[in-house]
Amino acid sequence: MFNIERWQEIFEAIRKNKLRTFLTGLSVASGIFILVILLAIGQGMSNGIAKEFENDATNRISIWTNVTSVEYKGLNPGRIIEMDNRDYEMAVKKNSDKLQLKSGVYSRWGQLTNYKKESGSYRIEGVSGDYQFLENETLVIGRYINQNDFNSFEKNAVIGNQVYLDLFKGKEAIGEYIEIAGIKFKVVGVYTDPGGEREETRVFIPLTTAQRVYNAGDKLRSLAFTLEKQDNYEDALAASEAFSAALKADLKAKHTIAPTDERAVNINNTLENTKRFYDLTNMIRWFFWGVGICTIIAGVVGVSNIMLIIVKERTKEIGVRKAIGAQPWSIIGMILHESIFVTAIAGFIGLIFSLLLLQLVGPFIETDYIRNPSVDFSVAITTVIILIVAGAIAGFFPAYRAANIKPIEALRDE
Amino acid sequence: MIEIKNLHKSYHMGANSLHVLKGINFTVSEGEMVSIMGSSGSGKSTLLNILGILDEADEGTYNLDGTLIKNLNEKVAARYRNKFLGFIFQSFNLINYKSALENVAMPLYYQGVKRNIRVEKAMHYLEKVGLADWAEHLPNELSGGQKQRVAIARALASDPKVLLADEPTGALDTKTSYEVMELIQGINDEGKTILIVTHEDDIAHMTKRIVNLKDGIIIDDSVVTQVRAKREAYV
Repeated sequence: MFNIERWQEIFEAIRKNKLRTFLTGLSVASGIFILVILLAIGQGMSNGIAKEFENDATNRISIWTNVTSVEYKGLNPGRIIEMDNRDYEMAVKKNSDKLQLKSGVYSRWGQLTNYKKESGSYRIEGVSGDYQFLENETLVIGRYINQNDFNSFEKNAVIGNQVYLDLFKGKEAIGEYIEIAGIKFKVVGVYTDPGGEREETRVFIPLTTAQRVYNAGDKLRSLAFTLEKQDNYEDALAASEAFSAALKADLKAKHTIAPTDERAVNINNTLENTKRFYDLTNMIRWFFWGVGICTIIAGVVGVSNIMLIIVKERTKEIGVRKAIGAQPWSIIGMILHESIFVTAIAGFIGLIFSLLLLQLVGPFIETDYIRNPSVDFSVAITTVIILIVAGAIAGFFPAYRAANIKPIEALRDE
Repeated sequence: MIEIKNLHKSYHMGANSLHVLKGINFTVSEGEMVSIMGSSGSGKSTLLNILGILDEADEGTYNLDGTLIKNLNEKVAARYRNKFLGFIFQSFNLINYKSALENVAMPLYYQGVKRNIRVEKAMHYLEKVGLADWAEHLPNELSGGQKQRVAIARALASDPKVLLADEPTGALDTKTSYEVMELIQGINDEGKTILIVTHEDDIAHMTKRIVNLKDGIIIDDSVVTQVRAKREAYV
């Protein structure tokens, strides 16, 4: 390996065939380049999807109702089903040992909201204190809705960062009063949400207050829960699926909905969605690995081809070497060494180029499903190992052929 | 030094079989200088290949310095070639991207000799063939005669028992041929056993014994009076 003569030979062979070596190297370099870029895109998709799911708690289960679609017990389809506080209490009571976070929600879209002369149209949601964590929100300043607000119908509001920017333009908001549907609310907190602007154009008020302000009695628009943490993902998924199914059945029974009705009660199980998306990204990632490896194979075939030609051209020299006592292994080593060297150098160039590209362009890529495509250290190491293995494979057949050259045949063509 | 008995060799090309050597018996003792003559197709090159452990006989025995050469695998054959034999080829067969010195050092490299010792020994042999000043030159910067002398130095480098020369002067003009032969004679004078395949009469007569091959058998094997190349060169 660290043998000056052999290195000399390799450099000599490369020097004599600059263009050929360059073209061969290019195929390997582009193979690695494509592999790394594909893997980075795969990673970017994972990042993007992970980002999508950051909006809410990762194990959130949401329940909302709709109109019935199936006739049942003499009742027509098309009935509007509305949940109320009793549904929420039933769910909480039945699952008190399983639930971690819980909140009923009463919400209204597009409610005119003003502060002095500034105004905007926002979604107003009446919630309980747990909802902050169900939505994965962080407070920039102030506090969230608390139990006291809830119990005593306080007219307090927590506004999204975007709402704050729209109405307050960066001024002090805490303690100021905003007007929602003509009623004054005191701002007690400003939150930010990983979901971005869309999730930050909302105003949260206590559920009890919302029900009273909008004259909704004890109606609820939706329920949101998370379950206690489980030891592993499979258990968590199983528990949340069981919970969803049981709750759905209970709600259907209570509201006289056909068990076969798929429209009336809807449950969105984030954990299940996450799993589906991660399965998808995994599949995409394997696909990308496959495509990338295929491009590398194309490169390897190129190197192998070139090495075969080199062996052919050097038949005589190899014959001479054998005549003066070269062992078969030293010939094999020579060819393999050259092949690994060419593949590795070309591969590293491809790797460096792709990493540079990712470094320069990657952070600017922020679409919905691809975000900051990048490769981690272990992927880089894996590709390096792939390179060396590829070089060895590429060199093996030519080396084997070289080792089988008979000195007399090599020397005969004089 | 060399002892072959009843050597047979055939080449198979498709359905045709060519019986090249038809029972060669031949002995060379240490310090001899023998030329093998014969027209093309007489089997002289085949004989040399077998002697050089580059090829193997179908039948018969070959003893080289008391070692039976038979059924060797590549690895052992390579070791024996390196240890026992030095080759000199008609077309020199130097490695063209290596300097004269590196070419001479090659057999030592395959013997596993350390680099500094290798260079020292190779330099010694280059001096011996009178090319010390050309050590760093590449083969294509040398004349034909110089190339052949580098090749001779290379053949000597591993201190072999026997030198095998296949038409060593075939690619050289007469004057250069005689210079090369003078060098080979000098090496023989120091006691090295040398076998030369040639079809040139004058070259053959510069050896001490001529073996004539025809159609795969030895038709004549006689000791001759050696003509010294040096004297010849100035005639």
